[in-house]
Amino acid sequence: MPESVHSQDLDQSMVDAEQPVELLQSNDPILEERQIVVLAGATETAASFQFEGEGHTMGNALRYAIMKNPAVEFCGYTIPHPSDPKMNVRIQTNDTTTALEALEKGFNDLMDLCDVVTEKFTASRDQFNAESGNRMEA
Amino acid sequence: MAPLVPSQEELQRRRIIGINAETVTNIPSTDFPGHWPGESHGWALDEFKENFQVEFHRNDRFEASFSLIGLDASVANAFRRILMAEIPTIAIEDCFIHNNTSVIQDEVLAQRLGLIPLKGSVEGINWMHWYKKASEDGTEEEDGPCDFNTIVLRLDVECYKNEYADKDEQDPRKLYTNAHVYAKDLMYMPVGRQEQFFVGDGAIAPVNPDILIAKLRPGQKIEMELHCQKGIGADHAKFSPVATASYRLLPEIKIERPIIGEDAKKFAKCFPKGVIGIEPVTPEEAAQRGSGYEGHAGEQKAVVKDAFNDTVSRECLRHDEFKDKVKLGRVRDHFIFSVESTGQFESDMLFLEAVKVMKLKCNRWKRGLTDLMA
Repeated sequence: MPESVHSQDLDQSMVDAEQPVELLQSNDPILEERQIVVLAGATETAASFQFEGEGHTMGNALRYAIMKNPAVEFCGYTIPHPSDPKMNVRIQTNDTTTALEALEKGFNDLMDLCDVVTEKFTASRDQFNAESGNRMEA
Repeated sequence: MAPLVPSQEELQRRRIIGINAETVTNIPSTDFPGHWPGESHGWALDEFKENFQVEFHRNDRFEASFSLIGLDASVANAFRRILMAEIPTIAIEDCFIHNNTSVIQDEVLAQRLGLIPLKGSVEGINWMHWYKKASEDGTEEEDGPCDFNTIVLRLDVECYKNEYADKDEQDPRKLYTNAHVYAKDLMYMPVGRQEQFFVGDGAIAPVNPDILIAKLRPGQKIEMELHCQKGIGADHAKFSPVATASYRLLPEIKIERPIIGEDAKKFAKCFPKGVIGIEPVTPEEAAQRGSGYEGHAGEQKAVVKDAFNDTVSRECLRHDEFKDKVKLGRVRDHFIFSVESTGQFESDMLFLEAVKVMKLKCNRWKRGLTDLMA
């Protein structure tokens, strides 16, 4: 252990603490669970959801996934103000489903898509690496 | 009623974004239910699985290039944005400056150090956890550095005269010892379980040992302790795992009417080398009526060899002789990605990591939905 870490400041000393599990999960900016707020004026089939701390990354991809649902009549997303880290998604559906179900299906479809991308990407990369490896040996 | 299935030509037409001299046409995606009367376009995983393709062009540690085919721009863009801003990496976050008598100011030195890309055992970096900072309202306390959230580096350099230097020597690097401070002078100080993870080749070290950090003169000294922590690019660019991650759409060049003779040579010059080839008109083509090649057997004609390398400069659209003879476009769902890693992770791994982060994000928000359902 470097001596300086201790000489620096007693409060800052390095210790081999056991990992506090619940704490680690709560401060992971990617895994941290966050609330979705339903904005005022929502009905079963038409609602606006507010995502805190989200941007175009999820906004546009999610809008695409939800629009792919035939029961959805309208879906759009907006970032009401650029300096406010909030993203709103508006969903309007027909009576065969609800806005909330459409939103959940959007997440499910995106996750399925991610699995396919990972699978195909890995296969293609391994094949490419094998082929270029053979070429180098030859 | 079974949904209408559009013809292959129609689908191909929808796949091409038109690039004209002054305008771009057919920009938005239209593959949504309800857009084309009678057609389905609903999300179908099997269909996506069947149509989605990945082609690799290059796979090196510092650069990977590959094509994703059959994806929507919104999803490809999400991957690109996650690559740049949301994949966690380790970088120098806190600098404790014990002594700095060099001409470079403390805050400038700290900023420079932060930007140095670090490498180390990937297993170890994944084992590392987030360092929780005190919240602004004071309700949450800081974690304090531990072996699983902080990596300690030291920078201790002092410059002094080299007694054995030649009398007429002008080069400060020979005249003095440690006149230049490089990234390789950063010393890794393993703590606790870090000794199991960051050993041998897996030790924490700068990716490039020759980054110049500061210059010193005899008597000047830098002594500092640096704490590296996990972070994401959205917080500070030094945490971004990529030098750049970008995509472009596959260019398409369509020669609609023959370009022959001197024009063909001029046409080829409008594009980067190798994109347009010159070939002789075959007797069969010349014999075919209405092909535009009648009576030109043996003459040179322009053909598209390799649209992939085109820059879509639109130079060919500036010349009157090619008017109505060529159509430029880009393929809507063919994304040529280029990922340049800074060296902490392999470039191809970064993309897989981006897809993983995307899935985690979806999952996290989905969990937040359960409360709304109640």
